[in-house]
Amino acid sequence: MDICKMTALELAGKIHSKEIMIKDALDAVYKNIDKFDAEYNCYISTCREPAYRRAVEIQARIDAGEIISALAGVPVSVKDNICTKDIETTCASLMLKNFKPIYSASVIDKMEAADMILIGKLNMDEFAMGSTSETSYFGEISNPWDKGRVPGGSSGGAAASVSAQEAFLSLGSDTGGSIRQPCSFCGVTGLKPTYGSVSRYGLIAYASSLDQIGPIAKDVADCAALFEIISGKDAKDGTSMDFPKFEYPNVTNGSIKGKKIGIPADYLGRGISCDVKDAILNAKRELENLGAIVEEFAMPIVKYAIPAYYIIACAEACSNLSRYDGIKYGYSSPLAENLKDTYIKSRSEGLGMEVKRRIMLGNFVLSSGYYDSYYKKALMAKKLIQQSFFDAFTKYDILLGPVAPTTALKKGESLSDPLKMYLGDIYTVMINIAGLPAVSVPCGFDKDNLPIGMQLIGKPFDETTILQAAYVFQKATDFLKSPADLQGGLS
Amino acid sequence: MNYEITIGLEVHTELSTKSKIFCNCTTLFGGEPNTHVCEICSGMPGTLPLLNQTVVEYAVKTGLATNCSITRYNKFDRKNYFYPDLPKAYQISQLYLPVCRNGYVEIDSDAGKKKVRIHEIHMEEDAGKLIHDPWEDCTLVDYNRCGVPLLEIVSEPDMSSAQEVIDYLEKLRAILQYTGVSDCKMQEGSLRADINLSVRPAGQKELGTRTEMKNMNSFKAITRAIESESKRQIELLEEGKEVVQQTRRWDDNKGTSYSMRSKEDAHDYKYFPEPDLPPIEISDAQIDEIKSSMPELPQNKKLRYISEFGLPQYDTGIITNSIHLVYLFEETVKICKNPKIAANWIMVELMKLLNDSGTLPENINFNHSSLGKIIVILEQGKITRETAKKVFGEVFYNDVDPDTYIKDNNLSVMTDSLAIRTAIEDVLTQNEKSVNEYKGGKTQAFQYLIGQSMRALKGQAQAQEVTKILKDILG
Repeated sequence: MDICKMTALELAGKIHSKEIMIKDALDAVYKNIDKFDAEYNCYISTCREPAYRRAVEIQARIDAGEIISALAGVPVSVKDNICTKDIETTCASLMLKNFKPIYSASVIDKMEAADMILIGKLNMDEFAMGSTSETSYFGEISNPWDKGRVPGGSSGGAAASVSAQEAFLSLGSDTGGSIRQPCSFCGVTGLKPTYGSVSRYGLIAYASSLDQIGPIAKDVADCAALFEIISGKDAKDGTSMDFPKFEYPNVTNGSIKGKKIGIPADYLGRGISCDVKDAILNAKRELENLGAIVEEFAMPIVKYAIPAYYIIACAEACSNLSRYDGIKYGYSSPLAENLKDTYIKSRSEGLGMEVKRRIMLGNFVLSSGYYDSYYKKALMAKKLIQQSFFDAFTKYDILLGPVAPTTALKKGESLSDPLKMYLGDIYTVMINIAGLPAVSVPCGFDKDNLPIGMQLIGKPFDETTILQAAYVFQKATDFLKSPADLQGGLS
Repeated sequence: MNYEITIGLEVHTELSTKSKIFCNCTTLFGGEPNTHVCEICSGMPGTLPLLNQTVVEYAVKTGLATNCSITRYNKFDRKNYFYPDLPKAYQISQLYLPVCRNGYVEIDSDAGKKKVRIHEIHMEEDAGKLIHDPWEDCTLVDYNRCGVPLLEIVSEPDMSSAQEVIDYLEKLRAILQYTGVSDCKMQEGSLRADINLSVRPAGQKELGTRTEMKNMNSFKAITRAIESESKRQIELLEEGKEVVQQTRRWDDNKGTSYSMRSKEDAHDYKYFPEPDLPPIEISDAQIDEIKSSMPELPQNKKLRYISEFGLPQYDTGIITNSIHLVYLFEETVKICKNPKIAANWIMVELMKLLNDSGTLPENINFNHSSLGKIIVILEQGKITRETAKKVFGEVFYNDVDPDTYIKDNNLSVMTDSLAIRTAIEDVLTQNEKSVNEYKGGKTQAFQYLIGQSMRALKGQAQAQEVTKILKDILG
């Protein structure tokens, strides 16, 4: 029995029935990490000592028959921009190397209350800025399907670790596609929840109005189970909202018969690779076979998505990242001789290229004299984008589209051309701007046997409908593979 | 040439809420450095602000008390700048939609009643404090004050002298204290004012170039700073030079200000809407509730004192300007039932004690019922006026209980005529020369003998009684 091949719910079932001891699950996953991670670099740190300590406590309660959570005893890995008390939280930056938060994020508290076990912190693009996981101070991550390729980003470690069976499931964060796109590149399933459905308290902010934490897992059911645990209004986050409690069993009991699904025609236009387009059209037919009514519709607003996103995200980022000033915590330049020097040198040395690029972009668009031409216009575009989705959802229950124009890129390809990297976010950023939920599920493979993902986009707080559709789709298709299945085992 | 001075004020007031504006830390002044601090107010990565609703309530109260219109849908914005006392490197403030706008405060200036218009009132968080350690030659940061709620009250440039500025500030302070919004202790920094000042030749239509002065922490300093800055600007114009738009820092020890930064170095704060806080919506019901909980405001109280108690305009102005004097006055009236006498004691004896000891009304710390008790005892003729003043002094400095103090020190009026007569006779025996002078026609000698007798009686006999007995003896 290979524990690491199991889904999180399968493992949880065996832990609850005491067929598997939690300690054995930890041993198995840490063994895989030790075996593969030198190659893939998914983890920035692991926290074995507290994990095993926690395992003993939870095992005792399971043995006493006290446990009720669906994922009790399951090891979980967390992107390294989510604060974990007394455990290093680096944002993959020199700026926060060795930084240990004095508190835990609300999602960490919730997973702990559900008796899940934190096993490690996942590599990512520095401060979640990037779409390839190549901007990490702790080195690039390799795609388990092809080590010469990137896993996507910014939650590259979160997706690649699940794909490489170095994690059962993980938490990522999605500001402009950072959960969905690496899931697409790595052949795993990930949910970007509705803005306001998962507390951001303790998520180190990139762009506050767009950031959401979400689950990444081997399949839809696991995603749904973890989403149930982490979602809900949090008194510590003023932007989190009250909504009817999400219940994951509804996901596995649903059907998509008669559901109306719209595909924005502009999502299949110029720039998309043939393989990705074919996979989406195949998925369309599959969904029709399953009883859904699928049609294309025009959504010309797509052309404003990238500029609006990068203006809003960078504006908020430049402000959010100003606190890293070399004074209170984090990197402080040893070469600084006075206050101004401390600011300039600590930030110049402690932050990477892509982060500095976005800070400068953000400062530019907020500068007096430019605010109206950039930031204010971006907010107007945001309103129009929200309206377009609102209109679309008067006609459709779900929207369907590709996650990214291509499959996983070769390493180094986009570092030299940031604009190209930004354009790769075209299908994902609008969903963050509109605050909608979207699930990324595998829907095929390209000619190089690299996974392709599609996204199902839902109405606000209607994760249930899109996860039901994704679940039915996964049941009916055979795209849930691990790189081990296709390529004769992980190296 | 004659010049007109134009002054506008930005007043920052710390609110007396129990907890900070965006977290649950206490707002108490004066804790050990960095003990009133959590991950939120110290700006730790990943934390989010959560709005303390009492701050909104206090802002609306202040707005209503200063005749402002309340912005029903208002928002927070971020003001971005680097400084070590600002741990997030941005201050959460309000730029685009402040909570209150377009109000006024009425002051009694030399030229009669005058309205000082309020441009806006907005909510924001305070920053920490930098402390220079001269021994280690380094600067340390204390974040205790970070996140203490502030209201910034921005006036229009409607004042034209230091006196008007003080009148305005006193009025504003009274409003803030009456409504319980702030304790306004200037020495603790809970009321701070930045002064925008310009001068122009009398009759000129457009305003002159203004400067902004910061760091004033007393009314005296404000007066001195205004006088010094208007003089400096007038001298520049007289010499044919130009006033440079700049921010200046007032040094009260040296009695001068110096330039901190000019317009060219002015910060670009890159304001944008705060994404971590939802907009604030204020309902009619909320406003009605706040209105119904409003206390009597200074202006109304003043009018009532005049009409109901018949107090002089001047006295009511002084008393109603300070909530602390109001508390004392109203408690005293409750006990002695005589507003005029109560007001008189406050205006004469209390003011003298405050002046002599350099105490501010807010620092009065004796039992407020004591003054009323003293007045009652005095009016009953149980002590003399001299004794009453003496007892009040003890109350003021040592918070003694008047009854106990009078009893313990045997200060009651002597009612035993025989004992008084005996004491006076002793005085006359010792002052034979004066007695003879009086008998020889020198009437001043009589006053002297009364004084000597009162002294012998330790002031505890009524003066009429002493005079009567003395006349009786001397014939």
